Amino acid sequence: MSETRAPVDDLHAQALRRDERKERWLLLGLSGPALLLLAVIMILPVAWLLGLSFIGDDGHFTWTHYERMWVQPSFRRIFFTTFQVSLITTLLCLLAGYPLAYLIAQLPTRAANLCLIAILLPFWTSVLVRTYAWLVLLQRKGLINQWGLSMGWWDEPLALVHNLTGTLIGMVHIMLPFLVLPLLGAMRSIDMNLIKAASSLGASPARAFRTVFLPLSLPGLIAGCVIIFILCLGFYITPAVLGGGKVIMVSNQIANDIEMFFNWGAASALGVVLLVLTLMLLWLASRLMRLDRVLGGEG
Amino acid sequence: MLDWLNASASDTQVTHRQRLWLYLVAALVLFFLLAPTLIVVPMSFSASQYLEFPPREWSLRWYRAYWESTEWMQVTRTSFLVGGLTMLLATPLGTLAAYGLFASRLRVARAIHTLLLTPIIVPVVLVAIGVFYAFVRLKMVNSLAGIVMSHSMLAIPLVVLIVNAALKSYDMNQELVARSLGASRPRAFFTITLPQIRFALMTSALLAFLTSFDEVIMAQFIAGGDNSTLTRKMFSALRDQIDPTIAAISTLMIVVTTVLLGLVLLIGRGKK
Repeated sequence: MSETRAPVDDLHAQALRRDERKERWLLLGLSGPALLLLAVIMILPVAWLLGLSFIGDDGHFTWTHYERMWVQPSFRRIFFTTFQVSLITTLLCLLAGYPLAYLIAQLPTRAANLCLIAILLPFWTSVLVRTYAWLVLLQRKGLINQWGLSMGWWDEPLALVHNLTGTLIGMVHIMLPFLVLPLLGAMRSIDMNLIKAASSLGASPARAFRTVFLPLSLPGLIAGCVIIFILCLGFYITPAVLGGGKVIMVSNQIANDIEMFFNWGAASALGVVLLVLTLMLLWLASRLMRLDRVLGGEG
Repeated sequence: MLDWLNASASDTQVTHRQRLWLYLVAALVLFFLLAPTLIVVPMSFSASQYLEFPPREWSLRWYRAYWESTEWMQVTRTSFLVGGLTMLLATPLGTLAAYGLFASRLRVARAIHTLLLTPIIVPVVLVAIGVFYAFVRLKMVNSLAGIVMSHSMLAIPLVVLIVNAALKSYDMNQELVARSLGASRPRAFFTITLPQIRFALMTSALLAFLTSFDEVIMAQFIAGGDNSTLTRKMFSALRDQIDPTIAAISTLMIVVTTVLLGLVLLIGRGKK
């Protein structure tokens, strides 16, 4: 085609292309202010901490802060707790969230919207308010112990809070919408004719679910679980309030290091390890699915 | 009722009766999600010194305690101010970024888009101590500007996500038409595009406010002194004792959330 064109046209096309390229870069520049804020408030400070994590008390380069994490059992316990809490929370969310999403996906629009509001309202309620609510409900003289005792379900007040149980209850409550919302999106895009086809070919409802619906909903399910696990790793408020000092996750230790001991090196090193773990998991997840879909569950 | 139980519940031959367990489980999970916050509401109207449910005697004493405390009032004002300023900073910044990245279609745009979303997953404690460290040197700890910037950084990902979703369902060719008729790019944006994505803008503004209003961890490190926020003070009060005043404040915060969420839903309905 270019052979038949006059050279003037060619020049014209070039100029147009140049203009377009220029405009695209200009448009890209619109993200400048947001990027600048991100750089000043997140990237630079975190890079600074990365530097601090390699500096010892004498002001020289050292690996001590990282070595200590490997050698000292107390640090290993913190990481163990973090993984344990995150994993159990994810599993509980999965068990509670899957049936709920499954049902909502099949409800008529009005009923489904009502259920959605019931999920979104707590989702957007302050984490602190919800944590406080659980503290009130679960304490020794709290509502749940009162009811349990008066019903004769148990004789002694149960220790439901200021321990692992309380932390898990609070965290599942906060994380559940992060599973249900993306999962619901995935389930709604499943073509229900496939399930009809399976049952018309003789599959029992249970079998149609197991062999057709479940595998199709798996991507949404995995996306939800990954995002929950990652967010759990960085939890701070819930274990601080409902764990009663017995559940120390990485974030709590970081805050303690700064607030009580002013130990920037130790806190930074912990933070760096936490961030690297998070990014590694996210990278793994991004190989499995599109990231903005994982992060966009709440949109 | 019996008819309903035996009617088919889905496209397969499952009846409602066979599905009762599913309804039960879903109801329990919904109850688990909704109940705790809702139970705090009546408790906050208790007349007794301790929190009871249901309260034996009703009163507004904890609301009065909150209202008459200059300290609580001060932090509440700060929270509203910080939330409002965050909304005013994060919404335009996030919208500009989302629009620019969407329209530019360069390959880097995708990478920048993802980068702008990272505050959602980077552990807030890590960012908070980093910002604290930097602000100590810049003498910006406990400053209004510092808190607003930090909260905006946390809110921008939400704005970008919401505006980007709106742009995806918007036909950019309309801008092209406007420009072929002689409008400049900014004019085309402000007169053609902006009015059509205004619902997304309003939604993201409200959620940006809420993000700041509910934020605890950043505030814990960099929002002390005169610029202490409501949630920061609540958090330290929680660690000491269970003060029923907090039940009253929690109720008020639930009201704020409900109103904002209601607005968001109304906006969503207006769109259709």
